Amino acid sequence: METPIDRRSFLASAATTAGIVLLKTAMGQTIQAAGHPLSAAKDQVLHDPTHTPGPPPSAIGTRSRFETIKLAPSDTSSRTPLQSLYGIITPSDLHFQRHHGGVPTIDPTKYELLIHGMVDRPTVFTLRDLKRYPALSRICFLECSGNYRGNKPELTPQDICGLTSQAEWTGILLSNLFREVGVQPKATWFLAEGGDAAVMTRSIPIHKGWDDAMIAYGQNGEALRPEQGYPARLLLPGWEGNTNVKWIRRIQVTDKPFMTREETSKYTYALKDGKYSQFNFFMDARSIITFPTYPLQIDKGWVEIRGLAWSGRGRIDRVDISTDAGRSWHPANLNGPVLDKAHTRFTYLWNWDGNETEILSRAVDDTGYIQPTLAEITALRGADLGYHLNPITAWYIQRDGQVFFKPPATKKS
Amino acid sequence: MRYRKAAYRRAPISRLTLLIAGLLGCVFCLAWNVLHDRRQHEQPPDRFGFGRPATQHEIDSEAIAIAPDGLGLPPGQGDSAIGAPVYKLKCAVCHGATGREGPFQKLVGDTGKTKTIGNYWPYATTVFDYIRRAMPLNAPGTLSADEVYGLTAYLLSANRIISPKTVLDARTLPSVEMPAKNYFIAHDSIWKPQ
Repeated sequence: METPIDRRSFLASAATTAGIVLLKTAMGQTIQAAGHPLSAAKDQVLHDPTHTPGPPPSAIGTRSRFETIKLAPSDTSSRTPLQSLYGIITPSDLHFQRHHGGVPTIDPTKYELLIHGMVDRPTVFTLRDLKRYPALSRICFLECSGNYRGNKPELTPQDICGLTSQAEWTGILLSNLFREVGVQPKATWFLAEGGDAAVMTRSIPIHKGWDDAMIAYGQNGEALRPEQGYPARLLLPGWEGNTNVKWIRRIQVTDKPFMTREETSKYTYALKDGKYSQFNFFMDARSIITFPTYPLQIDKGWVEIRGLAWSGRGRIDRVDISTDAGRSWHPANLNGPVLDKAHTRFTYLWNWDGNETEILSRAVDDTGYIQPTLAEITALRGADLGYHLNPITAWYIQRDGQVFFKPPATKKS
Repeated sequence: MRYRKAAYRRAPISRLTLLIAGLLGCVFCLAWNVLHDRRQHEQPPDRFGFGRPATQHEIDSEAIAIAPDGLGLPPGQGDSAIGAPVYKLKCAVCHGATGREGPFQKLVGDTGKTKTIGNYWPYATTVFDYIRRAMPLNAPGTLSADEVYGLTAYLLSANRIISPKTVLDARTLPSVEMPAKNYFIAHDSIWKPQ
């Protein structure tokens, strides 16, 4: 007699094998069979589903037992499996996570947001108050500015830049609250403070608050996930993830930055001239090919190269693809919607001749910014790599079709 | 023929009536729509009047952020002698016996690439602010103001920024000059290759 837990864990292990074969089915002939025949998972389908009724309607839907898609957690963050996602929306439970004092549990009926400082009317808002303001929803990406790994060939897109995700966020414009409390004309900054164990703080230029900053309480059609700031978070479209303070509990309007730990000793980086660059708010344009990538092995012939591109400064204007290690570049298809400050899906049909090569993608946004190589970044900044690294990513394809990440050169050759 | 003629004669009256009725209808509809439209799409007010006024007590108890000019620093004081035992008891397990060892976030030292309070923290007030709000990791927000002043003094002294005897309080802490201060510049990295 098997218990539900036994059955689930057994299925999970069986489905690890299943994933490889299903991927093969979904991708047609572009992927060679990398695993074993699907005997283990097949055995778990104990009946012919056309002869036995399945379970009745349920209170909540779940993923297919054959899907094993997961975040990759470490001590400090969890990375989104970019290579396994379709379209542009990240499922809420696969949104990347980065916390500074763990995930707090906040009772929404006790939640309050205090706004004070250089305002005419210091005010406390409950969640119910916030939800009475005109609501809006927008799709935008959120990316940690520490989103880069590139030290070995055995890296997946999740490993390299899995600290970016995208959701449809619902909430209110912060400017509604600014008008409500009467932000004074001389105010130039505001401090955003979270209600987590780190009581994390960032100073934000006031103009972002008047522009497109939101207090978000919804994510992909439901309440925010606790890992994303339940019940309410600051959302600053296009700006580095850390400034989008989760579990926001307090806003202090001021005329200078507070120089908090996260904007001085963290989220800053060294420049070539010995200075340290601070308040690096924008997430610059970036792209990554998510298929075909390590650890896949491809077949000679037609391959649809797929990936994501985004920019914190605006819309993606163009994505260029090179299939000859950067010698020539060709525009990819942008599979809409192409939204402001949003992950944008691109594709490029390529007929691989079976010779070893490198494939690369390069994003260009509507400000004209062109995604740089790592060598170009270090030439500008110096070799002390830190935050805000958005280099062009190359994938090396061997003759046998095996794909590897190509760690980029830090200096121009 | 007669029937058709009579019908033909009555027709213009009927059309005129219809026309007038139609025109009146249009005017009514237009007016109704304008009014209706205004009701549906009122200009949002400058203020909705939601939320409740914050009390000064609430603000004072919640506004814990410390600015570089010392704004927000609480009463109290502390020096290295007060901070050292607190460090040993509550901090050393993560940051090392002298703050140089780790395993997590080395705090002391001014050589090499390791970023410490000594070489990478531009404001002394940030040390106080961060310790008070976020440390120790397993029990943040539990240190007294004197303990936080003491720990700040201990760490600044270990980094040779102040003397071991300096007493820190709301007046002296903001005046501590940090070695890293002049290296930080606000940067907006718009960058395009040539």
